[in-house]
Amino acid sequence: MKYGIVRFPGSNCDHDAFTAASQSGSAVYLWHKDTQIPKGIDCIILPGGFSYGDYLRCGAIARFSPIMREVVTFAGNGGLAIGICNGFQILTEAGLLPGVLLRNSGLNFVCRDVFLNVANASTPFTSSFVQNQIIKIPVAHGDGNYYADAETISKLETNNQVVFRYCNSEGQLTEDANPNGSINNIAGVINERGNVLGMMPHPERYADSLLGCTDGRGVFESLELFGLSNSTKTVESISY
Amino acid sequence: MNTYNATITITLRKGILDVQGKTVEHALHATDFPMISHLRIGKFVELTVEAETMESAHTLLEGACLKLITNPIMEDFSISIHEPKAEQV
Repeated sequence: MKYGIVRFPGSNCDHDAFTAASQSGSAVYLWHKDTQIPKGIDCIILPGGFSYGDYLRCGAIARFSPIMREVVTFAGNGGLAIGICNGFQILTEAGLLPGVLLRNSGLNFVCRDVFLNVANASTPFTSSFVQNQIIKIPVAHGDGNYYADAETISKLETNNQVVFRYCNSEGQLTEDANPNGSINNIAGVINERGNVLGMMPHPERYADSLLGCTDGRGVFESLELFGLSNSTKTVESISY
Repeated sequence: MNTYNATITITLRKGILDVQGKTVEHALHATDFPMISHLRIGKFVELTVEAETMESAHTLLEGACLKLITNPIMEDFSISIHEPKAEQV
């Protein structure tokens, strides 16, 4: 897999994403002012950070960057895209994923390890995990409180579009295990087509044994598996 | 073409818990202001806009609010436009 990692002014997880992606594939950086995605890119990563200083709303300005027009077209053609933390916020602002990320319910910036339940292990991003596997991944955000109206949440649940949920170390979806107040403990969602994933936790930060945990590597290994079994590396449609 | 002053008030949509507003309300209740309630905290945008009429200025700003200034999934907004500060013919 060849990854294109988008750098916006204020991105700060681009190096981590580059290193994690390079462990199993290859990666190049894309600049927010780029007007095309180079041929051969299989997966776009929108990394974490504080694009445009989080001014107005997190991700609100970044979504109008020239590169985002290309990302929308790329995803529309079935190309893979993953937004992590601020990248998730940008994907919701761009309309590539439903819902929004509100201010954390506790009003604090939360920076710690959390446990996640892999609620859907049948996506191109999660197939190397076991369904309902419990993994440990760090979060670091002030606006990660996933919200959507009741109809949207119901549709996400019915379609199995919730990919990760916050849980405790035993896998229970408790209120205490939810770091930000997200509805239904939602930590990550995928679009209906199954090619765009957004998640608040940072798998790229736990993809190297030097950092003490490699639970996040599964996301990148899953993408490699998808690339090996799918010559076009795009998603036509997926039924979970 | 006229230049209008305008202000836009943005609040979280009704039904979304305004945690910041609630916290401030509780703090007021704990001091000398138990009579204050329904407190909500939002954003305030001040700008000028060039438009033919007050109505067209309103339409233009509504478009700007829906496209960038607010996120309609989580925010409500109200626009207030004031008389032209200068008129050019």
